[in-house]
Amino acid sequence: MLKSKTFVKKTRSGGVLKIVREHYLRDDIWCGSEVCKECKDEAPVLQADACIESTLCVSPHYLIPDTNVVLHQIDILEDPLIKNVIILQTVLQEVRHRSATVYKRIKDVVHDKEKHFYTFTNEHHRYTFIEREPGESANDRNDRAIRVAAKWYSDHLVKETWGRPLKVVLLTNDRANKEMAEEHGLLVYKCDEYIKSLIGNPELVDRLALTSDDQNDITGSKLLFSEHLPLSRIQAGIKNGVLLQGTFHANRDNYLEGTVLIQQDEKDVTEVLLQGLQNINRAVNQDVVAVELFPKECWVAPLSVVLQDDGPNDEDAEEDEAQNKYLQILTSKSIVRKPTGQVVGIIKRNWRPFCGMLSPSQIKEATRHLFTPADRRIPRIRIETRQAATLVGQKIMVAIDGWPKSSRYPNGHFVRSLGTAGDKETETEVLLLEHDVPHQPFSQAVLSFLPKMPWNITEEDMKVRVDLRHLCVCSVDPPGCTDIDDALHSRELENGNIEVGVHIADVSHFIRPGNALDEEAAKRGTTVYLCGKRIDMVPELLSSNLCSLRSNVERLAFSCIWEMNHNAEVLNIRFTKSVINSKASLTYAEAQMRIDDTNINDDITKSLRCLNKLAKILKGQRTEKGALTLSSPEVRFHIDSETHDPIDLQTKELMETNSMVEEFMLLANISVAQKIYDEFSECAVLRKHPSPPPSSYDILFKAAKSRNLVILTDSAKALADSLNNATIESFPYFNTLLRILATRCMMQAVYFCSGMDSDFHHYGLASPIYTHFTSPIRRYADIIVHRLLAVAINADTTYPDLMDKHKQAALCNNLNYRHKMAQYAQRASVAFHTQLFFRNKGIINEEGFILFVRKNAIIILIPKFGLEGTVFFENKDKPSPDHSFDSEGPTLTVEKHTFHMFDKVKVTISLDASNIQHQRIRMALIEPVIPGVSVAVGESEPEAKKPKLDR
Amino acid sequence: MAGLELLSDQGYRLDGRKAPELRKVQARMSVFAQADGSAYLEQGNTKALAVVYGPHETRGSRSKSLHDRAVINCQYSMATFSTAERKRRPHGDRKSSEMSLHLKQTFEAAVLTQLYPRSQIDIYVKILQADGGNYSACVNAATLALVDAGIPMRDYVCACTAGFVEETPLADLCHVEESGGGTSLSLALLPRSGNIALLQMDARLHQDHLDTLIEAAMTACKGLSKVLDSVVRQHLKEVSVLTRD
Repeated sequence: MLKSKTFVKKTRSGGVLKIVREHYLRDDIWCGSEVCKECKDEAPVLQADACIESTLCVSPHYLIPDTNVVLHQIDILEDPLIKNVIILQTVLQEVRHRSATVYKRIKDVVHDKEKHFYTFTNEHHRYTFIEREPGESANDRNDRAIRVAAKWYSDHLVKETWGRPLKVVLLTNDRANKEMAEEHGLLVYKCDEYIKSLIGNPELVDRLALTSDDQNDITGSKLLFSEHLPLSRIQAGIKNGVLLQGTFHANRDNYLEGTVLIQQDEKDVTEVLLQGLQNINRAVNQDVVAVELFPKECWVAPLSVVLQDDGPNDEDAEEDEAQNKYLQILTSKSIVRKPTGQVVGIIKRNWRPFCGMLSPSQIKEATRHLFTPADRRIPRIRIETRQAATLVGQKIMVAIDGWPKSSRYPNGHFVRSLGTAGDKETETEVLLLEHDVPHQPFSQAVLSFLPKMPWNITEEDMKVRVDLRHLCVCSVDPPGCTDIDDALHSRELENGNIEVGVHIADVSHFIRPGNALDEEAAKRGTTVYLCGKRIDMVPELLSSNLCSLRSNVERLAFSCIWEMNHNAEVLNIRFTKSVINSKASLTYAEAQMRIDDTNINDDITKSLRCLNKLAKILKGQRTEKGALTLSSPEVRFHIDSETHDPIDLQTKELMETNSMVEEFMLLANISVAQKIYDEFSECAVLRKHPSPPPSSYDILFKAAKSRNLVILTDSAKALADSLNNATIESFPYFNTLLRILATRCMMQAVYFCSGMDSDFHHYGLASPIYTHFTSPIRRYADIIVHRLLAVAINADTTYPDLMDKHKQAALCNNLNYRHKMAQYAQRASVAFHTQLFFRNKGIINEEGFILFVRKNAIIILIPKFGLEGTVFFENKDKPSPDHSFDSEGPTLTVEKHTFHMFDKVKVTISLDASNIQHQRIRMALIEPVIPGVSVAVGESEPEAKKPKLDR
Repeated sequence: MAGLELLSDQGYRLDGRKAPELRKVQARMSVFAQADGSAYLEQGNTKALAVVYGPHETRGSRSKSLHDRAVINCQYSMATFSTAERKRRPHGDRKSSEMSLHLKQTFEAAVLTQLYPRSQIDIYVKILQADGGNYSACVNAATLALVDAGIPMRDYVCACTAGFVEETPLADLCHVEESGGGTSLSLALLPRSGNIALLQMDARLHQDHLDTLIEAAMTACKGLSKVLDSVVRQHLKEVSVLTRD
C-alpha cells in the first residue's frame, strides 16, 4: 500500500539548496462519504442526504471551497447552515501559510461533528496528487490540484453511488480557475453566487465578505491613500534600515493620531508618531506595520488634544476640513520633538470581529451603511446589509474584509447580532466579547470531569492528608462571597510560640492535569468579576461548593503552617495537604467587630486577635523594607434586588481585617514561591513586578512640585517614605491623589516561568520572590503553583507539561493576557454601571479634583463616585475660549484662570445619551466661574440641558 | 513563517506516512566481491553501505587482542555528497567516532564473539545519502553484511528511530522530522529475544512517555526484521540457484 515517489524542492537558506523529500502516495485514503461502498471508511463524515436547498444546484451536493474562499468567507463556512464540505489538504496547507487565525477557525469547524466537514488528504492520494509542471507557478499548481481533486470526487461519487444524484460543487472566486474547471465538466460557482442562491436563508448574504471584484463599484475613483509597498520591498527596507517595523496603536482620544511601537532592539527610535489619515495609511489598531521616518525637521510633539471622529456619514469633504484644521495646529510651535513618520506597508493585519453599532445611511433604501465600533481606536467600517432597519439600535458584530486605497473607511461584513443596545445583557456580552473573555457556558465535556454528587471525603483522601478538623479555622471575606478560597487559624503552642495556618482550597485535587476541565480553566485563566455578574473559571459546583471553604463542612485544603514567635519571626514552616472544617465564615466587618468587642472571648475571636497582632508586625516589617501602599478609587454599587439596577454607590472601605488577611496571604505566597523555586528552579511559575523606568515618574514629580513637595523615586523605599510624608494639612485628600497618580506610574505585575527570566523582584511588595498561591478557585496560576508545591512535598505526581519551561512560559503569557483583559472588562463594567446610575439619577453637582491637565481639556476625578471625566475647552461648533497650555506645570490657562493639577473644582454631571453607542458621562464646570466656559448651577432636573461643552 | 506540521489532524505525516509506518526499505547483499561480506541498504532516502572483513588475526599490536573473544572494530563515515550541502568530513570527528562506538557496542552484543578468540572482525559503514536515521540504517546494513560474511550472531540486529510529536510516537523519522520534532530515540533490538542491544536518546522526554516511545520503536524494529529476513532469504535463493550449476 506504500507507493514511493520522490520529488525535488529547492529552498533558499543562504544559498540554493536541493532538498529531497520522500512523498508517499496511498490508496487507503477514503472519500469520507456515507454512500460510498468502495471506500472502507469506518466513520464516514459526509452525509448521504447532503441537502442545502439552492436554486443553482437542486440535487444533494458536497462543497469544495478553494483557498481564497476559505480565507475570506470563513464566516460563511462557520454558519451552522453550511454542512458537508470537503476541505482539501492543499487548501488547508495554503490557509495555514497565509493566516493563522483562519487556520485555527477552519480547524475548529472541521472538528465540529455537527458540521460534517471532511478533510481530504489529496496530496497523498494516489489519483489526486499532481506534480508541478515546468513553468507553472506554485499557485497555479495548487489550483490545478484542487481541480483534479474535485474532478476525482465527482467521478468517484458518480461511480460509487450507482447514479444517485450526488454532486460536488467547487466554490471559487477566481475567474480563470472557474473557467478551467468548467472545461473539465465540473460544477463550479462563485461563492457569492452560490450563497445568494440558497433558499430561505437571506441573512447569510450579509455575512459574505466583499471580494476585491466588488470593491471597485463601492467606492469613488478618488485615491485617498498611497499604495502599500509589496512585502518583498518592505522586508528589504527593514533589512537596510530605511523602514521600521512595529505595532500600530491608535490613539484612543484622537482618531487622527497614533503611535507605532518599534520592536527592533538595535534601533534607537522606540516610538514613531503618526499624524493624519494619510500617514496612518489604513493601519488599524494592533496591526504590524512598516513605517518610514520623516526627516528630523518634521518631527513634532504629540498633541494632547482630544478629537473624535464624529464626521457625518459619507461626506469625505468635511472630514478633510477637520483634518486640515488639525494639521494646522500641528505646525504650531513645539518644544520636545518626537519622531514622526508614515505607514508604507502592512506586514500583518490583526483584524478580529468588532462589536459596535450601525449608523444607518440617510437614504432609506441604501444597503451600504457605516458601522461604528465600540472601541474608539477602530475606524468606522462600511458594510452592506439589507436588514439595516432591524439592526438599528442593536449591538452587532462586524468583520473587516479589506481597505482599498480609494476608500475613506474599510469594507466589512455583518457577522451576527448581539441584542438591543443599552440592555444590560447585551452590553455585558459586548464588553466580554471586546475584551476576549471566554464566557460560554461550560461544555458537557468539561462538566463530565466534575466529581459525582453527593461528594464525600473518602478513606483514601484521609490517608494522604493531615486531619486538621479539630483546629479553630475561620474565613474572612467580603460580604456575599461564595467562592471562599482561603481560611486562617492561629493557636498558642506549648513552647510559647504561635502556630499560624493559612488553608487554601485544594482545587488541584478536583482539577486533574490535561483533562477538558483543566484545559478550559487554563484557557479562561481567571474568574472575571463584573458588577453583579461573575464569569467563573471553574464550574459553579467547584467554585461555590466543593472547593469553597464554607463554615461547618469538611473540605479539602492545602495548608501552609508556620511556627512563629511573638515578634512574628518565622521559626518553622510546613506545607501539607489537609482536611479542615471551618468554624465560621465571617465578613471583614464581622471579624473587625469581634476583634474590637472586648466582651467576646471565644476561640475564634482569640485566634483572630492573635492574627491581627501578628499581621500588624508583619506589615510593619514589610513597610520597613519599602513596600508601597498605593491607591485607586474603587467603588461598589448597591444593586437593586429586583431590577438589578444600581441604586447607590460607595467607595470601598478598608478595615484592619482586610489588611490582616492580606498580610497572611502575602506571607503564604512568598513562602510558597521560595519553596517551589528551590525545588524547581527551571519551571516554577512566579510573579514579578518590574520597577518602572524613571521617566514614568515625571508626572508625579510635577504634581508634587506644584505643591512644593519632593517625591524621591530612587528606590521603592524612598518612594514609599516620601509618599507617606507628602501630606498637606488643609488638603487631606491630596495624599490619596498622589497615590492614585503613583499607581498609574507603575508597571504591570506579570507571571513568568523561572527558567525563562532572571529578574524575579516584586517592586510593589518589596519582595525578592513572589507567586500566587492563595486563590486557586479564581486564578489558574495558583492551580499550577499548587501542583508544583504538591510535587515538591511528594503529595502528588508530576506530569510532562508541568516540567516543560516553554509550555509554562506560554501558559504564563496567556494568563497575563487574560488578567489584563479581565481588568479592562471589570473597568468597562464599572463604567457602564456608572452610566446606568447616572441615567437614573439625572443631573448631579459634585466636587472633584483635577487629575490631569491636557492641552484642550482637564480630567477630573470625583472621589465620591470614583469617577473620572473630561471637561473640554474646545469644540467644533463654537469658537473656543482663549486658552494656553504650559507643559512644564502642567497648567492650562483658560480666559485668565489657570488650572493646576489637583485643583478643586465643582462640576455638574449628567449622562450624555445623544450617541447611544458611546453614552458617556458629561461633566461641565460650575466652579471656578469662567464666563463663557462654566455653566450655571444645574437644577437636578432632567430637562436642564446646559450648553454643551464637550464634543 | 509557520513551522512545519509534522502530524496532521488526519494522522498523516509530512511524507504521507501514518505514525507507525516505516519508510520503504530496500537492500542487497554481496555487493562487493573483495570483502568477506557486504550489503547495501536504503531506508527511504537514507542509503548506507556496509562492508565486513574477518574474522582475521588481530592487526597492529597484539596487546589489543582478547584471549576469550573476538574484537569488533567499527568505522563509520559519511560521504561528502551525503547531505544537501557538500561538506568535507574528516575521519575521526566527534560525531562519527561516537557513532562508531555505538555500532561497536551494538554488535558486541549481537555477534557470538567468543567463538573467535584472539581475532578481529572489521565492520565499515558509509552513509551515501543521509535523510534521518543514519544510525539505524548503518546497523541494519551491517547486520546484512555480517550475515553475508557468515559470522554467527544471536539474531538479526534491527535498529529504528522513533520520535514523539503531539503525544503520538512516530516510527522511523526522516530528516525533517528529526530536525524539527524534538525528541528522537534510536533503538537496536534483537527481535526474537526482545533484548535491547542499544538505546539512545539525547533530547528531554517526560518519563510517562518513555514506555510508549520504546514500545513504538520496538514494533518498528520487529517490522524491519521481517524485511531483513526476506532480503536474506531472497539472496540465499539467488545464490543457491547460481551455485547449483
